[in-house]
Amino acid sequence: MSTYTAITDADREAMLAEIGVDTVEDLFAPIPQELRLGRPLDLPAGRPEQDVYKHLRELAAKNVSAEDEVTFLGGGMYDHYVPALIDMLMSRSEFLTPYTPYQPEVSQGGLQVMFEYQTAISELTGLPVANASVYEGPSALASAGYLAKLANGKSKFVISAGVHPHSIETLRTYAHGYGVEVVEVPLRDGVTDPDAWAEAIDDETGALFFQNPNFYGAVEDATALTSAKRAGCVAIAAYDPIVLGILKPPGQCGVDVCIGEGQPLGNRLDYGGPSFGFFAATEAYLRRMPGRIAGETVDADGRRGFVLTLQTREQHIRREKATSNICTAQALNALGGVVYLAWLGRQGIVELGELLLQRTHYARQALTAIPGVEALHDQPVIREFAVTLPAGAPVADVVERCAAQGINPGLALPEQNALLVAITEQRSREEIDRLADVLGRAVSEVTA
Amino acid sequence: MTLMDVDPTQTPLQREAAVTIFEKGAPGRRAFVAPALDVPPVDPSTLLPAAFRRAEGPRLPELSEPEIVRHYVKLSKRNFDLDSGFYPLGSCTMKHNPRLHERVAALPGHARLHPFQHPKRAQGALELMWNLERALSEVSGLPHVSLQPSAGSHGELAGVLLARAYHEDRGQTRTKVLTPDTAHGTNPATVTMAGLEVVKVGTNADGGVDLDDLRAKATEDVACLMLTNPNTLGVFDPNIAEIAEIVHGVGSVLYYDGANLNAIMGITRPGDMGFDIVHFNLHKSFTQPHGGGGPGSGPIAVSQRMEPYLMNPRIVKDEDGSFDLRDESEKSIGRLRGFQGNYGCFVRSYAYICSLGAEGLKDASESAVLNANYLLAKLGDVSEHLPLAYGKLCMHEFVLSGAPMKRELGIKTLDLAKRLLDHGYHPPTVYFPLLVEEALLVEPTETETRETLDLFAEAIKAILLEAAEDPEIARAAPYTTPVRRLDEALAAKRPVIRQPL
Repeated sequence: MSTYTAITDADREAMLAEIGVDTVEDLFAPIPQELRLGRPLDLPAGRPEQDVYKHLRELAAKNVSAEDEVTFLGGGMYDHYVPALIDMLMSRSEFLTPYTPYQPEVSQGGLQVMFEYQTAISELTGLPVANASVYEGPSALASAGYLAKLANGKSKFVISAGVHPHSIETLRTYAHGYGVEVVEVPLRDGVTDPDAWAEAIDDETGALFFQNPNFYGAVEDATALTSAKRAGCVAIAAYDPIVLGILKPPGQCGVDVCIGEGQPLGNRLDYGGPSFGFFAATEAYLRRMPGRIAGETVDADGRRGFVLTLQTREQHIRREKATSNICTAQALNALGGVVYLAWLGRQGIVELGELLLQRTHYARQALTAIPGVEALHDQPVIREFAVTLPAGAPVADVVERCAAQGINPGLALPEQNALLVAITEQRSREEIDRLADVLGRAVSEVTA
Repeated sequence: MTLMDVDPTQTPLQREAAVTIFEKGAPGRRAFVAPALDVPPVDPSTLLPAAFRRAEGPRLPELSEPEIVRHYVKLSKRNFDLDSGFYPLGSCTMKHNPRLHERVAALPGHARLHPFQHPKRAQGALELMWNLERALSEVSGLPHVSLQPSAGSHGELAGVLLARAYHEDRGQTRTKVLTPDTAHGTNPATVTMAGLEVVKVGTNADGGVDLDDLRAKATEDVACLMLTNPNTLGVFDPNIAEIAEIVHGVGSVLYYDGANLNAIMGITRPGDMGFDIVHFNLHKSFTQPHGGGGPGSGPIAVSQRMEPYLMNPRIVKDEDGSFDLRDESEKSIGRLRGFQGNYGCFVRSYAYICSLGAEGLKDASESAVLNANYLLAKLGDVSEHLPLAYGKLCMHEFVLSGAPMKRELGIKTLDLAKRLLDHGYHPPTVYFPLLVEEALLVEPTETETRETLDLFAEAIKAILLEAAEDPEIARAAPYTTPVRRLDEALAAKRPVIRQPL
C-alpha cells in the first residue's frame, strides 16, 4: 500500500499532543456514530507501485489503440501525430501540478500561456476574443447556447443535422435546463438544407448552430448559413481547428461565436479526454464569455504581466448571475494546443491543410472505386468523408473483417450503412491503398 | 544588455521581460516538417473552391524547435507548483500527484485509444471505468455512477438536471434549489444554468446549516438542497440526518458537493447520510493533477431512485463478463459532453485507488484531518490576530478570520497572502467563504510532512511580527516573485486579452 503520506507513529503522537486530543478518532467526533461506516470499505487492499503498474499495463493491453492498428477513425477526435516536445512540456511539474492561477505573481508562466493560447485561437478563427479553454467540443457548443440565451432570452435554437451527434445531444440536455426549444434542420446533398434552414429561422430564434466541416466531412457554406440570421440572433459554429490553415475563418463568414474540439491540436486521443474546447467570439460577446480569460497588465514596478481578468462574469464572484458555472477547465490541454500551433507554425498549418486535402481526395477516389461503394455526398471535403456500402454488405460486418486485417476502416454509420473515414498526416498513401484493398475484399466477401 | 546594466536589486526572473511567443522567431523558421505529398497532386482549387478558402494563413509563430522548448521551459519557471512547495489552497485539495499515474496514463493502450473504437476492442478501458465506478460507488455509499462530467461544476449541472428530471417524471414542477450561504460559487451558478432559482439558507453559530431557516424554506416547490459536508468552513454538520429528513420530508432531493470528500473517505458516506446525488472531484480527492486550471473530472454517484435519469451512455457488464457502452434508459437526461468523459483522469484516479486500497483511502482522510488540526493548533499562537472562524477543531481544512489582524496590525488577508509568496509558499484560499470577514481557508492535505507544517506556521508568525513593526512591508509584498503585485483593475478596465500582431 502506498499512501504518499509521511506521518510516523512518533509524528502522530506529537501531533495529537499539540492538538490536545488523545486519538485521531477524537478529531472525527462531530460525525454521529450512527453515520459512521464502521467497517472497512469493500475495496481491494492497496498494492505496491510495481503491481499497480502491471495491472494498468494489462488493462491497456486489452485495448486496440492507434498504435496497434492502422486507424481511419475520426468523428471529432483524430490520430494526429503529437510531437515529443508536447509530452515533455505537459509533464513539467510547473505546468502539471499548480491550481488555477489565483495568485498571479507566482503564476506568470501559466497566465502567459493562456494569453498566447487566446491569441492563437483568435488568429485561427479570425475572431477578436477567445477564452482560456472550456471542457471539450460538444459542451462548448451547449455553453455557447447559454451565452445566447443570456444575451437575447429567445426561446428557440436552430441546429443543423450536420453538427456532431454528441453536440446535438449535449445541446438538448443543456437547453432543456435553461429552457430553450431545439429545432433540427436536415441535410440535403450532404450539407445543411438551405431552404429548410431559412424556413426554420424566425424572430424567436436565439441562436443557430452549424459545424464546419460538418460531421460527414462536407464543407458548409458558412457565409450563406449565417446570413439567414435575424436581429439579435447569435450565429454559433463548431469548427475543426486543424483545417483553419486553408479554410476561410469563421470570423470572415459572419460567425459570432466559434467553438470546437481542440483535440486535433497536439492532444492525445485518451479514449475521449481530457482534451480542450476552444471558445472565440466577436467583441460584442466578450463580457458574456464563459470561463477564464487571461489579460495583460503591469506590476507595481511597471513590468508587463498577466492576470485572470473580467472575473465579474464568473461564478466565484457573480454566483447565480454568472455567465457559466465553469471553474476548472482544461489549462494543461490548452498548453498542448498552443505548443502544437507554435510547432506547426505559420507555414506548417497551411501545408498540413493542403496535405490533408490531397490525401483525403485520393482516399475518397480510392474507396469509391470499389464496386458498390459510393460517396455519401459530393461536397468538398478536407480531412474526412463518408461512403455508403452496398445494401448486401452491412457496415458492422465489413468493419469487423477489416479490423481482423489490422485496418480500422472508420466509424460505422449503421443508419446510412456508411463509413466515416478520417485522414491525418499519419495515414500515408500506402496505408490508404491498403485500406482500399482490405475494404474492397471485405465488401465482396460479405456480399457473397 | 551588458553586465553593467544588471540591476542587483532584481532577481534574474524579474530582469527577464515578458515576451510572448508571437514576438519571437523570424519569418521562415519552423519546427514541423510535413510528410511528402505521396499521392498524385490535384489542382487544390478544384478540391476546395476559392469562396471557401482562406486568403491569408493564420499568423502563427515561426520558430525552431529549440526556441519553442526554451520559451516554454523559461515560462514554466515563472510558475509556483505543488512539486516545488507547500500549496495549502483551501477547498482545492492540493495533494501529491504520484508520478506512476503519468506513466500508466501515457501507455499507448490508454493514450492512443480512439473514443469511437468498438467496445469489443476497448475492453480494457471499459473494465477500468467499470472498476472505477464500483470503487466510487463504495466510497460514496450510492449504487450507480456516471463518470461522464468533465469537472466538479459539470457534475453539479448533471446533478441538478437529474433532480429536475426526477420531479418532472412525477409530474411536478419544482423551481427552487436551496444552497447554504457557505456554498462554492459553482452551486448557485449551476442552479441558474439548469433553469432553476437559488434560495439561500443561513448558517448557524456553529458553522452548520440553520435548521429553522431550512425548515422555513423547505417547501413543496424545492427541487433539491445542495450541500457540502464538511462544508467550506471545514465543519462537519452534525445535524445532517435531520437536514436530510427535512428535505426528504417535502419530497425533495439531496445533492452532495464532493469537493470536500477528502475528509471522510472510509469514515462516513454521503449515501448513508441520506444524499441522493454526489459529485466527486477526481482532481481533488483522487490526485488528477490540476494542470494550472484543468483538466478535471467530476463523476457523479446516485441513489436507486435517481438511476433512470443518469446520462447516456452507461457502461454495462454483460453476463459473459464483457463490457459495453449502451443507452440504458429512455428517461435519461441525455449527454453532457462528447464521448465517455475524461478517461485519462480515470486512469490516474483508478491507479490511485489501486495503490491505496480501502485502508489507504481511510488513512489518507485521517491524515488529512490530523494535518489540518495540527496546523490549526500550531497557529494557536497567532489566534489573537487570526482566530478560527468557527468551532475549536476542524476537518480537513479550516477558516481563519483576518479581521483582527487587519484592525490591529494594519495588514489585510491579501497582504498576508502576498507576503507568504516571499517565504516560498502558495497562500491559502483568500476571501472565501464569503461570510467570514477577511477569510483565509487553509487545507494542508495528508501528503505534507509535519516539518512543512511547522515551517509554514513559523512563516505566518514571522509575517505578523513583522507587520507589528512595519505593516508597509506586507502591504507592498511580494518582492521576490517574477513580477510584483499586479494591477488587476487596469486589466479589467482596458482588456488586452491577445497579443496584437
